[in-house]
Amino acid sequence: MVDIVILLIKIVLAMAWLMFLALLMTWVERKESAVIQDRIGANRASVFGLRLFGLFQPFADAIKMIFKEDFVPSFSERLLHTLAPFLSFFFVAVTVVAIPFGDTVHLAARHIALQVADVNAALLFVLAMLSLGIYGILLSGWSSNSRYALLGSLRGAAQLISYEVALGLSLVGVVMVFPSLRLSEIVRFQAGMLFGFLPKWGIFLQPLGFAAFFLAALAETKRVPFDLPEGESEIIGFFTEYSGLKWGLFMMTDFLEVIIISCLTVTVFFGGWQVPWLGAAGFRFPWGASWLLPSWIVTALEVAAFNVKVFFFCWLQVLVRWTYPRFRYDQVMDFGWKVLVPAGAVNIVLTALILVVK
Amino acid sequence: MRSAWIILREIVRGVWITARHFVINMWLHTLNFLGLKTRRRGAVTIQYPDEVKPLAPRHKSRHRILRRPNGLPQCVACMMCATVCPSECIFIEAAETGDPEVQKYAASFVIDLSRCCFCGFCVEACPEDAIRMDTGDIRLAAESRAALDYPLEKLV
Repeated sequence: MVDIVILLIKIVLAMAWLMFLALLMTWVERKESAVIQDRIGANRASVFGLRLFGLFQPFADAIKMIFKEDFVPSFSERLLHTLAPFLSFFFVAVTVVAIPFGDTVHLAARHIALQVADVNAALLFVLAMLSLGIYGILLSGWSSNSRYALLGSLRGAAQLISYEVALGLSLVGVVMVFPSLRLSEIVRFQAGMLFGFLPKWGIFLQPLGFAAFFLAALAETKRVPFDLPEGESEIIGFFTEYSGLKWGLFMMTDFLEVIIISCLTVTVFFGGWQVPWLGAAGFRFPWGASWLLPSWIVTALEVAAFNVKVFFFCWLQVLVRWTYPRFRYDQVMDFGWKVLVPAGAVNIVLTALILVVK
Repeated sequence: MRSAWIILREIVRGVWITARHFVINMWLHTLNFLGLKTRRRGAVTIQYPDEVKPLAPRHKSRHRILRRPNGLPQCVACMMCATVCPSECIFIEAAETGDPEVQKYAASFVIDLSRCCFCGFCVEACPEDAIRMDTGDIRLAAESRAALDYPLEKLV
């Protein structure tokens, strides 16, 4: 009984964290692009004259979208048209259950993992769910019965399936180094030291794998350098025929993907909740000094470290989105199949060689 | 192969530029938020209704009609401005003053600002220097066209 209550609390907390971060990301996107371009950005939304740097803007947007007309074209496939945004949203949002937020907490003789479900093939689970998100795109394009939407969804499906291959290949090396698919295990494997001073994070063990993974992941989010499915300057995209909150769900899905990709990058390549030199008892520095801390401070530090790392990668993805112009469609395909897939394959061979020689 | 290196270099340079802008601007914003003055601001934005850019000395804005010391408008109803006006938006009705020095004045002087193109020809044409466009009033929106017919009372 208590276990179920704890599980429910964990689900609620994880979803609340994800939704709050997604709302925050719409604000970050606006503000960061503004700061990059020497502007100020949306700062007018206020509650009783309190502006808070425009932090209320996401709520104003949400209210606006709720009250907009939910328009379903008469020529569309009504059921699938309604289903598509929810599918798209669900398959991304559900991946948050596999993300470990922190180490196991020992509370009143209970061991509570700071993770909703410790899936034993969590890495595959996340990749599979991200792939299933393609159904949302395909269905939205097809059921809209509109040429532009169909073009966008076909592009999206082709691009996402291509980059799934690159994404999977780039993670094989990681699985070889940390022999587990369980994300919590992968994080625990990154606890030690490399050459005595470097934290044993995935990026130091798999630099090529990280580069291939991050580029493929950027393509998976369907944002600007790879926004062919949307292509707002030419074909508006697979959500052409959507309005109101359903369109909002597609937009939220984009931001959720950014967050989930950040979580996955951090978990696999940047030590998840690991803080360099921090063990269960406290800091143990490479020069011999140590600083003992109570366990609740250690847990708080770990969760904070995970959040800081995730924020950093969200920031980096927004920076990339506001820096680069779009690829042409054949360039996207070339890049995926002729650069990232070979890079992933080379990475597997190199990793295998190093593992055998060592 | 060479072009691949150029592309790679440009990719790094691009993200370097945007990241530099972000870091410098955030630093300036933070200093300004803490109340410290910096030589440069973090953004070039002028938040219009709150902060207004000073107008240039040679700007043209809503017209005004100058008055004589006795309160009558300086306009002698010579119709030069109404003649030169390319938008044909000035409507003058003359009346006699009784003063032999001046003879006429504008009893009614209406400028239809919804037609005015702010060319300033009326100011150039006026022989009495009675009309000027230096009020600095550039927020001229109104809710009806009739409200944009500015009579003499609103112009002096």
